[in-house]
Amino acid sequence: MDMSAYPLELPEGDRPMVRFMNVTKSYGTLTVLDNLDLDVAEGEMVTVIGPSGSGKTTVLRMLMTLETINGGVIYVDGKPLTHMERDGRLVPANERYLREMRASIGMCFQHFNLFPHMTALQNCMEGPVQVLRLPKAEARDRAEELLSMVGMIEKKDQHPSRLSGGQQQRVAIARALAMRPKVMLFDEVTSALDPEVIGEVTTVIRKLVAEHNLTMLMVTHQMGFARDISDRVCFFYSGKIEEQGPPDQLFGNPQRERTRQFLSAVKDAG
Amino acid sequence: MPIWEFLETYGWRILGGAVVTAEQFILAALVAITVALLAGLGKLSGNWLIRGTAVVYIELFRGTSLLVQLYWIFFVLPLFGITLDKFTAGFLSVGLNIGAYGAELVRGAIRSVPKGQWEAAYALSMSPAKRMRRIILPQALAIMLPSWGNLLIELLKGTALVSLISVADLMFEAKQINASTFLSAEAFGTALVVYYILARFLVTPFMRGLERAMARRLGRT
Amino acid sequence: MRFDWIWEFTAEILPRLLAATLNTLIAAGVGYAIAVVLGLVLALAQRTPWTPLTKVVREFVEFIRSTPLVLQIFFVFYVGPQFGIRLSPWTAGMIAIGLHYSAYLSEVYRAGIEAVPRGQWESCRALNLSTRDTYLRIIIPQALPPSVAGMGNYLIGIFKDTPMLSVIGVAELMHTANAIGSEHYRFLEPYTLVGVIFLAISLPAAGFVRIFEGWVRRKLGL
Repeated sequence: MDMSAYPLELPEGDRPMVRFMNVTKSYGTLTVLDNLDLDVAEGEMVTVIGPSGSGKTTVLRMLMTLETINGGVIYVDGKPLTHMERDGRLVPANERYLREMRASIGMCFQHFNLFPHMTALQNCMEGPVQVLRLPKAEARDRAEELLSMVGMIEKKDQHPSRLSGGQQQRVAIARALAMRPKVMLFDEVTSALDPEVIGEVTTVIRKLVAEHNLTMLMVTHQMGFARDISDRVCFFYSGKIEEQGPPDQLFGNPQRERTRQFLSAVKDAG
Repeated sequence: MPIWEFLETYGWRILGGAVVTAEQFILAALVAITVALLAGLGKLSGNWLIRGTAVVYIELFRGTSLLVQLYWIFFVLPLFGITLDKFTAGFLSVGLNIGAYGAELVRGAIRSVPKGQWEAAYALSMSPAKRMRRIILPQALAIMLPSWGNLLIELLKGTALVSLISVADLMFEAKQINASTFLSAEAFGTALVVYYILARFLVTPFMRGLERAMARRLGRT
Repeated sequence: MRFDWIWEFTAEILPRLLAATLNTLIAAGVGYAIAVVLGLVLALAQRTPWTPLTKVVREFVEFIRSTPLVLQIFFVFYVGPQFGIRLSPWTAGMIAIGLHYSAYLSEVYRAGIEAVPRGQWESCRALNLSTRDTYLRIIIPQALPPSVAGMGNYLIGIFKDTPMLSVIGVAELMHTANAIGSEHYRFLEPYTLVGVIFLAISLPAAGFVRIFEGWVRRKLGL
């Protein structure tokens, strides 16, 4: 792969928080993402929608380095995510560099993935203590503050098995925020929830958008929610961005036929 | 002595031992399967005498060692008037020991056949015996077959102990050759490899084939 | 000969058998300690990204598991001297039985680790935990409870396999019973007592393993 087309670092003045440059991902002969270009500005909330299999979750998983990429480069805060500079060229990054870069990204999952053998509080302290090496007391203060923010402080000493799905997801959001990421990824965080508890999770995300200057990327099936809080919506179709724009434009006046078809199918189902 | 020379000299004895091991394996397996079915079904029986007998057998043989059972059957049973030749005592002990573990497999598999199957057979007013034989056991067999694969490997390994009551199996020949030549690495090493071949390239593929055949019969392929 | 249980003889040999029981328990304990540690090494070696190593270890585990323990005991005991290494019966026995059961325990660990949902690994990655912390703090604590039953059963299994050590002269229960039998030409009492002692230990132990498993589960909040 010719890496010379990619800068070692993005220049000052052209430094979005996240930039996908020509990113390709394939499994064998199946191409999941096809030469993706996508910028996310600092503090921007970008929502990714699209039919299943369109590659939208893969976008987040690559950013979290849960998936390797087959081509192109992802830049986070101007620096390449999975590549590092050696002798003036970009080469695949080693584990140490990856860990350093990963520190700026946090992620919440569809199935929460809380650690079942730890309480809500311990879940939120695990990263800060073990990775950031914060003193226990400081990590505890930070965790309690975040658990209050998501409305889970009363349940801080409960194990995940004693919490509802909505409560677990709120703890998972607090756990990710405790690492003070610059970019937060939400991967279908409401998809596994019962309808009546979806609201308690979306409320927390709304609050994050309103009160914090976090850069966020979200994959969701909840079109109403996406329309409400996004700065920009990207519609993915078979590994490419078919259409993107401000939510009112994309939902109110979609330009592409496939977008219209998808939106009307979703509306019929909902 | 180079290994090929060793094999040239002792190969036939080792092969003869392997044949005895194979015989012990087959006979012990037949014993194990029979008693496992009897005790496994017995433990589910409504009759307390049958159930009690099955439980005592299972716990007795799972709670003690195969070697203890072998010695007891070969050396102590004659005092009760039951004298077995060493060959019979050998495969019988191994079979009874593994059968106790197999009984638990049978019981577990029967109990994991979905309740609806019992009810459906009941609704067809099948007799209990027919229901067990035609509906429940075939499904239970498919469930427990993979575990039987492992158990039969244990059984094969168990047959090595019959050498200790002088049945001339593979283990016995290896010991004899070692005692007369002191070529321990060659004698025991060859025996290890032969056991490995028997387990990995005969028993396991056979059981896999059986699993596949079973799955086909149940229309699960 | 006919059946005639002699109680005086029983009383006479019981202390000797009970003393040997201690040796049996020590053998099982030491063998198990080796197996627990070595088993973990074998399990983790199979998770390294270096394929040649994982393949060799996998094959080694299969080999150990499909060949008889008694033959492995002979092998370890007799092959050493051929190359000038003399091992005492105890050392050889502990190596053989520890190695044998480490193969089984590695499978228990492997199954336990594989049972931890993939999402847990992904969470660790998202929180940037190191590989060491991921295993020690997240994966192994969750892999443990489902492994406890298997680990306990193999502890009982190793205990029941210790009589095989008698073949190279480790003075455990079976060896002592054999000695008593050939000294007095009586096998009924010693062999029966050995059976009873094994039952008296392994049956309660099996119950204890079940209770312990439940306790570990609760302790970890699972």
